[in-house]
Amino acid sequence: MHTTLRIRRFNPEHDHPSSYYQEYDLEIDPSDSVLDGLIKIRETIDDSLTLRCSCRGAICGSCGMRINGHATLACKTKMISMASEGETIQVEPMNNMPVIKDLVTDMAPFWAKIRQIQPWLQPQGLPPTAEYTASPESMNHLSGVMSCIMCGVCVSDCTVLEVDKTFVGPAALAKAYRFVADPRDAATSQRLNFLNQPSGMWDCTRCMECIQVCPKGVGPMDRIMALRAKGLAKKVPSTCGSRHAEVFTDIIKHKGILDEPMLAIRTFGLKNIGRLLAMIPMVLQSLLKGKVPPLGPLHRPIPGIQHIQRLFKQVRITR
Amino acid sequence: MMNSAFSYDVLVIGAGLAGMRAAIAAHNQGASVALLTKVHPVRSHSNAAQGGINAALTDRGDMWQDHAFETVKGSDYLSDQDAVEVLAQEAGQDIIALEHMGVIFNRNEEGHLGTRRFGGQKRARTFFVSDFTGQAMLHVLYEQTMQAKIPVYEEWFVTSLVKDDQGRCAGVVAFEIRTGTFALFRARSVIMATGGLGRVYEPSTNALICTGDGMAVAYRAGAPLMDMEMVQYHPTTLKGKGLLITEAARGEGAYLLNSKGERFMERYAPNMLELASRDVVSRAEQIEINEGRGIKGCVLLDCRHLGRAFLQDRLGQIYAEAKTFANIDLAEEPLPIRPGMHYQMGGIKTDTEGRCWDVQGQWTGVPGLFAAGETACVSLHGGNRLGANSLLDTVVFGRRAGTCAAEYANTNPPPTIPDSAMDKDKHLVANIVSRKGPGERAAALRLEMGTTMNRHVSVFREEEGMETALHHITTLKTRWPDITIQDKGQVFNTGLIAALELGFMLDCAEAIIVGALTRQESRGAHFRTDFLDRDDEHWLKHVLLYHRPDSPPHVEYLPVRITQWQPQIRVY
Repeated sequence: MHTTLRIRRFNPEHDHPSSYYQEYDLEIDPSDSVLDGLIKIRETIDDSLTLRCSCRGAICGSCGMRINGHATLACKTKMISMASEGETIQVEPMNNMPVIKDLVTDMAPFWAKIRQIQPWLQPQGLPPTAEYTASPESMNHLSGVMSCIMCGVCVSDCTVLEVDKTFVGPAALAKAYRFVADPRDAATSQRLNFLNQPSGMWDCTRCMECIQVCPKGVGPMDRIMALRAKGLAKKVPSTCGSRHAEVFTDIIKHKGILDEPMLAIRTFGLKNIGRLLAMIPMVLQSLLKGKVPPLGPLHRPIPGIQHIQRLFKQVRITR
Repeated sequence: MMNSAFSYDVLVIGAGLAGMRAAIAAHNQGASVALLTKVHPVRSHSNAAQGGINAALTDRGDMWQDHAFETVKGSDYLSDQDAVEVLAQEAGQDIIALEHMGVIFNRNEEGHLGTRRFGGQKRARTFFVSDFTGQAMLHVLYEQTMQAKIPVYEEWFVTSLVKDDQGRCAGVVAFEIRTGTFALFRARSVIMATGGLGRVYEPSTNALICTGDGMAVAYRAGAPLMDMEMVQYHPTTLKGKGLLITEAARGEGAYLLNSKGERFMERYAPNMLELASRDVVSRAEQIEINEGRGIKGCVLLDCRHLGRAFLQDRLGQIYAEAKTFANIDLAEEPLPIRPGMHYQMGGIKTDTEGRCWDVQGQWTGVPGLFAAGETACVSLHGGNRLGANSLLDTVVFGRRAGTCAAEYANTNPPPTIPDSAMDKDKHLVANIVSRKGPGERAAALRLEMGTTMNRHVSVFREEEGMETALHHITTLKTRWPDITIQDKGQVFNTGLIAALELGFMLDCAEAIIVGALTRQESRGAHFRTDFLDRDDEHWLKHVLLYHRPDSPPHVEYLPVRITQWQPQIRVY
């Protein structure tokens, strides 16, 4: 089978470094991964093509890159799943991190964020002489998030990081959840309080990209939601983030429809006039797009609101 | 005082399990420690260890002596029994220490650590995290190095060891991959923990980074390599590129079948069946394939009877791997597998403290140099390593090497070596990069080397084939100085790295073949069709190889240390 890899390249040592695309035609085997293709280019056509790779088996996390627009592990992606005979596959470095050369990105910002969450077990007091006892379920539950290989793929495609570099990001938050959910860790409150700050767990917009692209099924966004739930249950100090969640729920419960102006007012508080005024352009735009109920705060509950309220009751009970 | 920013009491090369465990141990002794590694620590090949880590926990009725005996028997009596005793006695405390650091080992119903059964052992004493035990441990040890604030020079490539004028190891020369800048790292002691050399073979289960760098660098500096002929073929590697399918699959009850649907291990190991030790199972599979009862060069691993839920829960990684890489649903179809190069039992000779020189003076080496993990040979695994003993090796002997290296650093003055110690390596690299013309590619030479090794120095060996292989490797060594690379830059020049790694691998390949030609018997993984039997009278000894620049290595021998287990006939 025949395919073309269209690879985004960048060499910082060029006289006027800028990125460009280069195409390589390849004869491939149906079992070949994109990584196999890249290695074939490197070994037989052009050894200046630069990428990181190691295990070839989706466990080391070295070969994260964007393939046809989404971040993934090149070793795990079969070329035939990306393109039919004669079609082109586009390969680019990961997003949301600086490019060093070709497909190699600088992971230093990634690791700096991981370090922010103090990623080590913090038990209380001296350890027992034997192992800590812990239920098999609790450890199996953690193994889902421990399968994270820190490849950076979720961080690459995180839409919040695209606009806000300070967001701690899906990988670090998933790692934080790993400790918060560990029965042996005693720093849960400190961890949740830290994540309760701006750039922490409330800044995820739930776009689900990280769940889509994660090659190991870690589901970072689900872990972030679990962190929020644990935060609310532990009664972390009220912040815009936590209030937003609570007010959101409250409005739906009482009106059955989201009342955006009320959401903003109650989230920020009436005292925060500056913040509210700054929102006016967005409110106007939302109005134009039909995203605000026409009557705003005066909107009445939707017909059949009692059904929604019954749902709320059941959800609370089953929790 | 030491006169450079790059000066430490203990410098650890390699940041897999052995390296990080060593660094943490040295740090706990109060030494100034740094890790230097060619990939980021969590990208290390330790990730690949799936099945688990052995320990006889005495508080639940297991005996360390049983674990030790089975390790000795598994090694075909080539392991040094003093080292095995240390391993088996200290395993429990190291597993508990790992658990306290945060490893999420699977539990039993009572909430205590749970076990599964592995090959070559009569009792379930393998502790595990689903089937990604190595990864789970590696990430936790990296967390610990972060907490201890141990500096990590990541993506640095070591080109040679530096010795002072008294012949002691005094540091390394390395360059930063990202900038191409050379630096001299001065250290009172250096610990080599660079892992294995799998890429000497093609195919191999090993990651592309496993190129024997540490072995070659230490060997060139004067440390002997031991028992290099002992190359383990893993019985269950995936058809094609040789990806590993964990032994835990057989531990959890999977069968091996030939093309006739026979469970052929009944003929080769009637008691232990699929759970005989790895060399035995690999040979059995290869015989089935050679005698025409294979399917396209493979036999089958049958997991169907285990059920989908069980497979996903306890063997989730290989369940996913079979889907992704072979398009097979393990719950519905058997998986084609075959023996594949997996592990180097030999390596840089060390004593039980990780020292690469002998304080008693029975053999020479490099004072100040330590080694641990797959790159080292204590000798624990002898002729054949038991599954789940390699992770244990890394943590027990990594810790011991770290502790002893810190003590050694404490009693020795700082090295005085001039910056000119880097000159030779700088010139070599400049020469490789600037070489013009369409010379041969490193990748082409590596493939020739790998297929040669896999053809002639694999599960079955004989003199003529190995002579052919040695001749071929010698020729490749003469071709190496003429290879050219297209990338002429300083930044992240992976072409340059491939060329340097190939140089290291060729030294390792030569050592493997010379060791294999020297040992005229069959023992463990070293099975010679021209010497079918184990010969304790002549060969109950280690083969030591000393590097010589322009000729094959100098061979010496060391007696095997026997404490309480006299060699017996080995049957499973």
